[in-house]
Amino acid sequence: MDVLQWAIDPGGHRVPIHIAWFLIQVAFASAVVFLIVHAAYIRFFAGEKQWSGTTAPEVAAAIPERVPRHSLVARAFHWLMAASMLTLLFTAFLPKVGVEFDWVTLHWIAGTVLTASVVFHIIHASFWLDFWAIWPDTTDIVDATRRLRRFFGQAVPAPRRFAKYPLENKGFHGAIIAAGLSVIVTGVLMMFRVRTIFFTRNPYLFADVTWGWMYVLHGLAGVGLIALVITHVYFGLRPEKRPITKSMIVGWMSRDFVLKEHDPARWVVTPASVPSSTHEPAGLRNAS
Amino acid sequence: MAVIHDVMPAFLLLQPASLADARKLLEQQGPDAWILAGGLDSFDWLKDRMRRPKAVIDLSGVQELKGVRNTSDGIEIGAMTTLTDVANHPLIRENYHLLAEPAEAVASPQIRNQATIGGNVSQDARCWYYRAGWPCYRAGGNICYADTPDGRNREHAILHAQRCVAVNPSDTAPALIALDARFVVQTAKGERVISAEDYFVGPDIDITRLTVLRPGDLLTSIRIPATAAGAQFYFEKIRDRQVWDFPLLNVASAITLSGDRIERIRLAVNAVAARPLRLASVERAVTGKPRSAATGEMAGNLAVQGAVPLQFNSYKIPLMRNLVKRAIAGRQEATWTSYSGR
Repeated sequence: MDVLQWAIDPGGHRVPIHIAWFLIQVAFASAVVFLIVHAAYIRFFAGEKQWSGTTAPEVAAAIPERVPRHSLVARAFHWLMAASMLTLLFTAFLPKVGVEFDWVTLHWIAGTVLTASVVFHIIHASFWLDFWAIWPDTTDIVDATRRLRRFFGQAVPAPRRFAKYPLENKGFHGAIIAAGLSVIVTGVLMMFRVRTIFFTRNPYLFADVTWGWMYVLHGLAGVGLIALVITHVYFGLRPEKRPITKSMIVGWMSRDFVLKEHDPARWVVTPASVPSSTHEPAGLRNAS
Repeated sequence: MAVIHDVMPAFLLLQPASLADARKLLEQQGPDAWILAGGLDSFDWLKDRMRRPKAVIDLSGVQELKGVRNTSDGIEIGAMTTLTDVANHPLIRENYHLLAEPAEAVASPQIRNQATIGGNVSQDARCWYYRAGWPCYRAGGNICYADTPDGRNREHAILHAQRCVAVNPSDTAPALIALDARFVVQTAKGERVISAEDYFVGPDIDITRLTVLRPGDLLTSIRIPATAAGAQFYFEKIRDRQVWDFPLLNVASAITLSGDRIERIRLAVNAVAARPLRLASVERAVTGKPRSAATGEMAGNLAVQGAVPLQFNSYKIPLMRNLVKRAIAGRQEATWTSYSGR
């Protein structure tokens, strides 16, 4: 069983043309199996989360009732990207599983929206947001190691609370970057093969074999995104993650949740980051 | 690439004698079964080694699928009725000669004696890149070799092309659309009756098929309603060689007049897109107008709106404009116009 489909090009060369479409079902099934296993683990095996360190009362008192987490612009980007990503996945894969409709135009329009929003996000995150907040740091790695060792029963200190984003968020973001940029770069080039308003059509821009691998990468990243999106939605709906999901809608988290899961020393809420509606009279201060 | 061989690769030949047996065999053999009607399209694929089915189900012995029957609501033509029988049948010649004309215009007498009406409407695309076995979109690949700067695309699509630019080559299809025919298809889930225009599929919906037929489906008959009888018909086919050839373009219309005005019209063209096109916007525009050269001129101009020529087929735009004009106004009323450019 080959995970790629091959063909003989006019020059007599064996070239890949795209992924084998059963990988759609494989990605879907893998994601479903993962979330069943995860849900069972949380339900039957996972204990109460344990953290090392405590937050000083004066530090806790300085945390506002509503801690700003995502700006309006960041939230708008997230939901626009989500809408375009879902449109891309449905238009790409529904026809492959028997739901037939005119998908190509919808697909490249959604792809254009995604590309534009990701370019905007890169610029916005680089210059207006805390760029490094979403990337794993050494503390994340050390704490992840501690969690893993404790899972296997070893006597090691409990991990510290998270910074602004848990390591799982950061890992998901990294996976989305890899898969998303793969589909975006290959997708933009593939638009040279169809009629759009952007480029003059040029199917001979690359050799058949280059095009073939491009379609393969686009397909692999695409089916990868099926699994990533399913798991993302699953975690977004889990009860213990709802404060995080809610923050992507309303923009803030409650002080209780922040103090429970996040370390004010690692996630510094500065006065400038708190909108006036979330200010509390009782002294907001730099928790660092 | 295509290599013509003298003999076909081995396959299991199954020859049912009834429709029920044919259905049973289709279920038994699954998606690997190849349905053989007249064989004019099939034998090309098989001898070129481009299709290698494990089993071929030859329907030539199924008498239920042959012949023209009078029904309470018109006529029913068995899918295995030969084009010669369609063209010569008295009922069709008398009431639905719009179908007799294209049936008589298909290929040569020898081919018409063997080819069937079901095969004619269900045949595959004739794009030579596709037929030669190149890995194009229609063959499951990721490119259209005809829609390239140097692609040989003189016979290809000017309308509704999406990635693939192959055209539907059927002569009888536009006539059946103009006659408001219904296609009866046996599927694993039961019988489906599909309007003629919905029987055909464009590359926007499925780039690897020209019809709605999926593996295991069987077109059994074509029904033409009595309401289509008595209309004023027009059919014209343009081809490179008058002796026998696929259409460069064909047009069919069925018009009911009220006085000198067009009361009802159904108009379809083929060989301009991957599926025969019913020109509904043209039908709406000419309804209520006199059947005249001016109306034909307007209809012709409207028909080609949105047409996008490829490197070598821009001639199809004035050709379609003229054929639609003549299909509305009649050959005498509508003079052939040489348009400069588009």
